[in-house]
Amino acid sequence: MELFTNQVLAGIATGAIYACMALAVVMIYQAIDHLNFAQGEMAMFSTFISWQLMQWGVPYWWSFILTLAISFAGGILIERLLFKPLAKAPVLTNVAGFIALFAIVNSVAGLIWDFTIKQYPTPFGSAPFLGSQLISTHQAGMIGVTLLMLVGLYLFFQFTRIGLAMRAAAALPESARLVGVNTSWMIALGWGMASAIGAVAGILIAPVVFLEPNMMGGVLVYGFAAAVLGGLSSPLGAVIGGFLVGVFENLAGTYIPGVGNELKLPIALALIITVLVFKPAGLFGRAIVKRV
Amino acid sequence: MSAAAEDTVTEAPAVEAVPKRAMTLGTGTSLVILAALLVTPVFVKNFVVFQMTMVMIYGIAVLALNILTGGSGQFSLGQSAFYALGAYTSAVLMENFNVNYALTLPIAGLVSFGAGYLFGKPALRLSGIYLALATFALAVAMPQLLKLHFLEHWTGGVQGLTVMKPDAPFGLPIGQDKWLYYFTLVIALAIYIGSINLLRSRSGRAFMSIRDNEIAASAMGVDVAQYKTLAFGVSAGITGIAGGLSAIVVAFVAPDSYTINLAIALFLGMVVGGVGWLPGSFVGAAFIIFVPNIAESISKGLSGAVFGVLLFLVIFLVPHGARQVAMLAQQMLGNLRKN
Repeated sequence: MELFTNQVLAGIATGAIYACMALAVVMIYQAIDHLNFAQGEMAMFSTFISWQLMQWGVPYWWSFILTLAISFAGGILIERLLFKPLAKAPVLTNVAGFIALFAIVNSVAGLIWDFTIKQYPTPFGSAPFLGSQLISTHQAGMIGVTLLMLVGLYLFFQFTRIGLAMRAAAALPESARLVGVNTSWMIALGWGMASAIGAVAGILIAPVVFLEPNMMGGVLVYGFAAAVLGGLSSPLGAVIGGFLVGVFENLAGTYIPGVGNELKLPIALALIITVLVFKPAGLFGRAIVKRV
Repeated sequence: MSAAAEDTVTEAPAVEAVPKRAMTLGTGTSLVILAALLVTPVFVKNFVVFQMTMVMIYGIAVLALNILTGGSGQFSLGQSAFYALGAYTSAVLMENFNVNYALTLPIAGLVSFGAGYLFGKPALRLSGIYLALATFALAVAMPQLLKLHFLEHWTGGVQGLTVMKPDAPFGLPIGQDKWLYYFTLVIALAIYIGSINLLRSRSGRAFMSIRDNEIAASAMGVDVAQYKTLAFGVSAGITGIAGGLSAIVVAFVAPDSYTINLAIALFLGMVVGGVGWLPGSFVGAAFIIFVPNIAESISKGLSGAVFGVLLFLVIFLVPHGARQVAMLAQQMLGNLRKN
C-alpha cells in the first residue's frame, strides 16, 4: 500500500508538469481551434529569455514578470506576422505552419544558447514537502501555481467582457463579428495568452527537467494527451487530465510487468485512446452537435 | 466553460473538395514526365539515382496519406508506423526466410493493410484532432514495439537488420542502384495508376462523399464505417509497400528510422504537394528529401530555422501546394491557346 501511495504522489508531481502544459494547449485551442505544435518550443524560448534576464542580474520575480510580458507580446507578434496571413488557407496548411515554427524556434534557441543542459532556479526551494520525499516544495508550488492559473482563467473567461468576447469569437466567429467583436484581435489575444501561460509552464518545469532547447519535446506530447483526455474545451478538464496522465503513467510503470521507461508513453497514450473511444469529446469536454 | 451543454456548429469540412478531374495530370504531361524519368538515370551519378529512388518511395507513402486525407478526409500522423511495418515485413522475410525481394512487397502490403484496417475500426469513433492523437500514439509506440526483447530474434532489436541489396536479374548490364530505380519506378507507376482509378471508382466516390459531408453520405446509402476503415486499410497497405521498398533500396532497417519525424515529414510532403492532388505527392516527396539538405548547405547551425523559413515561404506563396502551381500553369496555357 505504501508503494501505491508513493507512486500516486510521484505521479501527481509529474502530472503537475503535464497539467501546466495542457492548460496552455487548451488556451490556444480555445482561441484558434487548432493544436499548436510549436507551443512547447515557444514555452522553451520564453524560459530561455527569463534565464538570460537572470544571467544579466535581474531578480527572479522581475524576470518572471518581464518574461510574461515579452512572451505575451511575442505570441501576438507571431500571430500577426505569420498566422494571420494564413487565416484563409486550409487547416492542414496551418498545421504545416506550426511545424515550420517549431523548427525555427528550436534551431534559433540552439544557436543562441547552445544545447548544453542548464540549471534553472526555483523560488519554492527543493526541500521535501510536508515530510514526503516524493513531492518537493517546488513541485507543491508548481501544483499551487497551476491551480491559481486555472482559477484566474476561469474568472477571466466567465466574468470579464473581453473573456466573453474571446469565447464568442472562438465558438461562432460569424455571429461574434455581427455583434461587434473584433474576432481577428481576439485570436491574437489568444495567442498572446497561450504564449504567456506557456512561459509560466516552462519556468515551472525547467527546474525539474533542466533547461535546454529540446526540454519540451516529451512534455508537450503529454500536455497534448492530457488536454485531449480532459476535453479540449475545458481548462479544468485539461488540468485534471494532466494529473491523471501523470498518475497512470507512474502506476503502469510500477505494476504492469515488462513496462519499462520506454513503454510508459505508448501505454499512457493507449489508455487515453481507450477513453476517447468511449468518450469521444474527452472526460470534461462538451459534445458538439453539427448542423447538416 | 460554457453553460450550454450542446452548441450547434456549422463547420466547413477540414479538407476542401477537389474536383475529380483536377486530381490527375493530363495524358500529354504524364507521358513527358514518364519519359524524363525513364531517361534521366542514364545521365546522372549513382547517388542521384538513389535519391530519385527515395523520392519515388516517399512519394508512394505521401500518396497513400493523400488517399486517406485528400480522399476520405481522415487525418493520420501514424503513417510512419505502417511504413515501419512494411519495411520490417520485407526485411524479416528476406533475411530470415530467404524470400525473393520482389515477393516480399505484396506481403508487406497485405500485412500493413490488415494492421491499418484493424486500427481503423476503433479509430472510427474519433475524428479530427482526436484521430490525429490516436494515430500519433501509434507512431510513437512503433519504434518501441520493434525494440521489444522477445522480437529481437527476428527484428535484430535496437541494432536493426541489414539486408542484401539485390542485383539486376537476367544478367542485365546495369548497376544495383539503377536496377532498383527502374524497379521502384514500375511499382510507383502501378500504384499511382491504381490509386487514380480507385478514387474514380465507386469506392473512391464513397470516400469523397464522406470527406465532404458524412451525414449526407450516409443518407445516400454510403456505409460510412465500412468505407472509412477501408480507406485506412488501403492507405496503410500502400504505405507498407513503400516501407518494403525502402527496406530493399536502403538495405537496412532499424527502429529509429521510423520515428514520428517520418510521419511528420510525410504529412509535410502532402501539404506541400497539395492535399487531394495525387501527382503532387511526388513533388512533396522531393521537397521533404531535398529541402532539408538545401537548408543544411545554407547554414549548418541554423538548418532547422532555414528549413522552417523555406516551408513558410512555400505555404505563404502557395497555400494549396503544388496543385495550385499546376492549376495556374494550366490556366495560363489555356489562355495562350485561346489567343
